[in-house]
Amino acid sequence: MPTITYRDALNHALKEEMQRDPTVFLMGEEVGVYQGAYKVSRGLLDEFGEKRVVDTPITELGFAGVGVGAAMVGLRPVIEFMTWNFALLAIDQVVNSAAKMLYMSGGQIPIPIVFRGPGGAALQLAAQHSQAFESWYSHVPGLKVVAPATPYDAKGLLKTAIRDNNPVVFLEGEMMYNSKGEVPDEDYTIPLGVADVKREGSDVTIVCHAKTLQVAQKAAHRLEEECDISAEIVDLRTIRPLDIETIIRSVEKTNRCVVVEEGWPFCGVGAQVVDYVQFHAFDLLDAPILRVTQADVPLPYNKRLEKSAKPNPERVFDAVRQVTYRD
Amino acid sequence: MVTKVYMEALSPTMEEGRIVSWNKSEGDSVTHGDVLAEVETDKAIMELQARGEGVLRKVLAPGGSTVDVGSMIAILADPEDDISDTLATVGLGTGQTDAAAVEPAAPTPAVVPSIVDARVKSSPLARRLARERRIDLSTITGSGPGGRIIVRDVETAEPPPRHIAALAEPAFNDTELTQLRKTIAKRLTSSLGPIPHFFLTSEIDMERVWEARAALNSLDEGQRISFNDIILKVVAEALRLHPECNAWWQEDHIRYFKDVHIGMAVAIDEGLITPVVRNANLKSLREIARESQELAQRARDRKLAPDEYTGGTFSISNLGMFDIDQFTAVINPPEAGILAIGRIGQRPVAQDGEITVRRRMRVTLSCDHRIIDGATGARFLQTVKQMMENPLAIVW
Repeated sequence: MPTITYRDALNHALKEEMQRDPTVFLMGEEVGVYQGAYKVSRGLLDEFGEKRVVDTPITELGFAGVGVGAAMVGLRPVIEFMTWNFALLAIDQVVNSAAKMLYMSGGQIPIPIVFRGPGGAALQLAAQHSQAFESWYSHVPGLKVVAPATPYDAKGLLKTAIRDNNPVVFLEGEMMYNSKGEVPDEDYTIPLGVADVKREGSDVTIVCHAKTLQVAQKAAHRLEEECDISAEIVDLRTIRPLDIETIIRSVEKTNRCVVVEEGWPFCGVGAQVVDYVQFHAFDLLDAPILRVTQADVPLPYNKRLEKSAKPNPERVFDAVRQVTYRD
Repeated sequence: MVTKVYMEALSPTMEEGRIVSWNKSEGDSVTHGDVLAEVETDKAIMELQARGEGVLRKVLAPGGSTVDVGSMIAILADPEDDISDTLATVGLGTGQTDAAAVEPAAPTPAVVPSIVDARVKSSPLARRLARERRIDLSTITGSGPGGRIIVRDVETAEPPPRHIAALAEPAFNDTELTQLRKTIAKRLTSSLGPIPHFFLTSEIDMERVWEARAALNSLDEGQRISFNDIILKVVAEALRLHPECNAWWQEDHIRYFKDVHIGMAVAIDEGLITPVVRNANLKSLREIARESQELAQRARDRKLAPDEYTGGTFSISNLGMFDIDQFTAVINPPEAGILAIGRIGQRPVAQDGEITVRRRMRVTLSCDHRIIDGATGARFLQTVKQMMENPLAIVW
């Protein structure tokens, strides 16, 4: 199986779906001639032409709205935001139009659209350009929210998202685009709403997604080496709908849980996971569920402050030690 | 560290215990496993062992007192520990004498009494495991934050002490179950488990029955009448007067019978079987005597037809011939009750201010509470007693 980058896995997914279905088209800033700010759309303009790979002005609200309109009349748009921070300008179209149309038309008008682009922090992009939006969009009924952590998952999930008849918010990560992994050349899809156990373990369940998978993996490695603690890692992959069954099955085994996410703590994805776990697995818990999140502040520009504000393996390590009563 | 000493359940059925004596006095030092006190349970006198160590700082329940299981009866602590908070949880202030305190506890600022302190803090999983292993959480010291009992504390806790030492060598032999034994087991397990039994006991004066039986038997030597026959007839008549006790539990309804069919438990070599005297309320004492004798013989010969041991509406079990004073019998479902008959014996009885010796018999009625309530069963038993004490009532 070839080893490729997360960026190329997304590129392959777009290319395969555009070849497969002539109603699929890509639209956004710099997606055509420049081949994407992060080169996800490399080669697509040459292969599919200007009608299906559309460069837009710097008008997020406008082209998101054009996308929703195109979806209403039967096309399958993929809208690329250069980053999800810029998509704040388009959130009215995502939340008020795309997420509501099927409901408000009494089920007559599905919106098969994918909004995609990088989210969360990269390196020193400062407070306004470093935000993780998972919990914002997951809050809204009518949206599906996907955040793959590996090249394999990125390709399989983007293909499913494009084929889905609902609006899908697809959160990538600038820091993940260069990460590599094995990805099959052939067509495959991964269902939305199914989490993946990325590491088997018996003492604690670490729930994570997207960039925090690597954080969890580093912590799990250290826990095994230094403390003989066996951590199981559950990668959510899809935030909404949330695969609570996989999480509970893991907690049944481990009796302890730590939830890691890149976003802020208040009303975060982890808060929702904790709610489900305490309800479905109350009698199985031997410790309170702990969360590791970004510090509850705008992300600092200063390099050291930025590093300490983000969730890191040390904090996951400490949280696991706490829930396993090793402190 | 402060260890609260509780009255423990030293027998499976113990609800309260009487402290016979304290083996340690306030101020004595105590180590893990020391016998703190002798406790009289509902069954025996047992030793209460220390589950912590330190100094016996305070005895809350003096020798001779009786306290509920789970009540705090003493406090163990190091000499320098402040136990005023613990005393406060049982309503004692710091003004109480506190033996062995190195120095008077510094006056503590007024604090809101903590309810949390009196609780046993434990994780949900630890609670579940303790329940499964029948371990009392209050006997475990928690190693988690704030003394929380976590699953590893329960896993390492000793199971509740067993008071019967296991025998070194097996003193038994395994015997295959006969079909009859299997049936008995199945039928009776389906009785005492699911059926809410209650029991009523009454002592019956048998002098007049004794005379009546002797008189009847002098009439016809060929057909002797047993006490059992008389009891069976009396019960049948009493059931006729109390049809609310002559019934079957049918899960979604109760079936009350007009006629009385009485099962009589007969001991046979392999176990027991309950042949049924049908329409006992309609038969004369002589007919009942003849029929029950015949049924008992056929039961011992294992020759009963199925319809001869099914269909009873009420049962009688008699162990008087084994010198049993009284006992409780297990209901034969779906019947509503069974009457357990003890021996007839001479007993001193207070009568008109004097002690006289009378022939007496104790009977115990087991009732299915789903059909028979306490007063209902008591009224029926009262009728049985009145009829036995005045046997002419049978023909009344």
